[in-house]
Amino acid sequence: MLPYMIRRIGWSLLTVWLISLVCFFIIQAPPGDFVSVLMADAEAEGRRLSSQQVQVLRERYALDAPWYMQYWAWITGIITVGDFGYSFRWNRPATEVILEHLPFTVLLAGGSLLLTWIIAFAIGVFTAVRRYSISDYLFTFLGFIGLSVPNFVLALVFMYIAFRYFGMSVGGLFSPDMVEAEWSPAKAWDLMRHLIVPALIIATAGTAGLIRITRANLSDELAQPYVTAARARGQREGVLLMRYPVRAAMNPFISTVGYAIPSVISGEVIVSTVLSLPTTGPVLLGALRNQDMYLAGSFLLILGVLTVIGTVISDLVLAWADPRVRRQHSGAAS
Amino acid sequence: MSLHSPSRPVSDPAQDDAGRRSSRSLIWRRFRRHRLAHVSLWVVVAVYLIALFADVIAPRSAGAYDAEHPYVPPQSITLTDPGDGRGPGLYAHGYTQEFDEVSWNRTYTKDPEELHKLGLFVASGHDYRFLGLIETDRKLLAPVDADAPFYLLGSDANGRDIFSRVVHGTRVSLSIGLFGVALSLVIGITLGALAGFFRGVVDTVIQRVTEVFMSLPTLPLWMALAAALPRDWGPLTIYFAITVLLSLIGWTSLSREVRGRVLTLRSEDYVVAARLDGASRFRVIRRHILPSLTSHIIASVTLAVPAMILAETSLSFLGLGLQPPIVSWGVLLQEAQNIRSVITAPWLLIVPSAAVVISTLALNFLGDGLRDAADPYGGAVK
Repeated sequence: MLPYMIRRIGWSLLTVWLISLVCFFIIQAPPGDFVSVLMADAEAEGRRLSSQQVQVLRERYALDAPWYMQYWAWITGIITVGDFGYSFRWNRPATEVILEHLPFTVLLAGGSLLLTWIIAFAIGVFTAVRRYSISDYLFTFLGFIGLSVPNFVLALVFMYIAFRYFGMSVGGLFSPDMVEAEWSPAKAWDLMRHLIVPALIIATAGTAGLIRITRANLSDELAQPYVTAARARGQREGVLLMRYPVRAAMNPFISTVGYAIPSVISGEVIVSTVLSLPTTGPVLLGALRNQDMYLAGSFLLILGVLTVIGTVISDLVLAWADPRVRRQHSGAAS
Repeated sequence: MSLHSPSRPVSDPAQDDAGRRSSRSLIWRRFRRHRLAHVSLWVVVAVYLIALFADVIAPRSAGAYDAEHPYVPPQSITLTDPGDGRGPGLYAHGYTQEFDEVSWNRTYTKDPEELHKLGLFVASGHDYRFLGLIETDRKLLAPVDADAPFYLLGSDANGRDIFSRVVHGTRVSLSIGLFGVALSLVIGITLGALAGFFRGVVDTVIQRVTEVFMSLPTLPLWMALAAALPRDWGPLTIYFAITVLLSLIGWTSLSREVRGRVLTLRSEDYVVAARLDGASRFRVIRRHILPSLTSHIIASVTLAVPAMILAETSLSFLGLGLQPPIVSWGVLLQEAQNIRSVITAPWLLIVPSAAVVISTLALNFLGDGLRDAADPYGGAVK
């Protein structure tokens, strides 16, 4: 197990490094550097930055040095002191803005993943047992609808229905009287209630694929001789199903959850934007629109790293559950 | 990712003559058993025909506006004879408008007295080049009187006909899907085939790169890259740039699929047998590897097209993708972003969404059926 873990984590560090390079080039993409934008902004408001301020900023982010020095200044700042640069739209350090919004993203993405998992598992097992029944076709069809309807359309439809028929204006993660309240069980419950619908909307996109995989694998397992043997011994159907075939069919299920994470993060960004939730999505969009590149690049980096961490965890869980994966010499658990 | 169960001998009586039929006819037969996929094939063909003949089908051009008719609800069409000498035929009813001076709201009520005759292939008075070649002004279904209001599926804030815009958008959305997938197919096939064929170091490097791309959350990355495009580019340049961006990130699953297939096929018994028989390398690839590879690639491509359409729609919806005056489904949905305008005119949301859902659903079903059929010698599918 240990060699596999080391190898897997080593590869993911390489991935994280490549992601940081991509993010850095995205930060660099717009013309001009951020201090010149900052100066232009200040001048537009009739202020002037002192040449001393400008000098300090230019040196801090090594703006006059070649790109690899700039990258080095940026990445060491992040790793050593957690300095993600400066957001001039918010006029605050990017780190503060990120910390404010990230917990909700993790909560929402985690919740969606859990929902995807539960729904796909339940429907996958059900359709595998009742193959070619009407309910099998119905659920498969529903799964495909979930795959084909864009997340944001579902979110818009949800808002429309809530507004038109229930007179509620949805959006946000808290009820108006809860926003400023101290954390309490009541506030946590309020948050849960607001999270469930966005999480469900995001989950719709990923379930169809997982349902099909679970169904295909479980169907294969159910045709194995040991199942017939267990039946012949008089094993009860429910116990039999859960004890052996479902467990055997779970392995590919764990590994695909790793690839579901990028799709959940993507869904989070767009659904949160439509429902104006205070997660990273709308902030990232705003940062991109205003060319607030340090903030945008940092969000991108964090979302990418989160995805990699999620994938690594799912791979390690898979390796723990299935000894065959550990022995794969390539080290990729897919 | 392949969802195939491992191959197992089949005892299906319908397949007993499998040894005597060509693989193409087996694939077709297997495909037809997947009813939804079979129906979807025709839906997909119809949608692409709409894209091809958008100029004829849409009663108006994509940008034609009419300040007198904002937020017109969808019109109903009746088969009737008004009895005033115009003869029986299809008629669209007119509207009476009421303008509330206080709230500035327009309300439309159906006017059963006012009927506008519709005709097939009528002259619309607006010239366009049919398929870019023949100059004409004929429209498939349009009012005989070119100035009569004709809003089959309602109009938007500027009085532009939603039906026409969705039809024109079909062309852009579907072509982005096709071009984008074609480009990612080139990248994916090249890298996947290289990895699968050479194995060793080449394979490892390509696999790592693929993994990096797969672990990136695609939408945020697309957003960032699209936002980095220069702002002074024209809509057409942006269109091509977006297509390239979509395929630059979208090639990974295709590449994996190809690599996996090439790896398996290399060691397949019949390929080894052909090689031992002294068949040249070219013959092995052309006669034995390519035929079973193409069917899988076609299936993967079909599944990649709807994903790409959804990606473009999401990007344009967020305002980072295509820019007006180019009309795509995503651009149309962007206009429905405001919940107030959706409350006033639900068709702004419903019509483009329906277009997206119908085409992606059909493409997904088609791809699913093709994937099942791609391996006609395989075991029980589904």
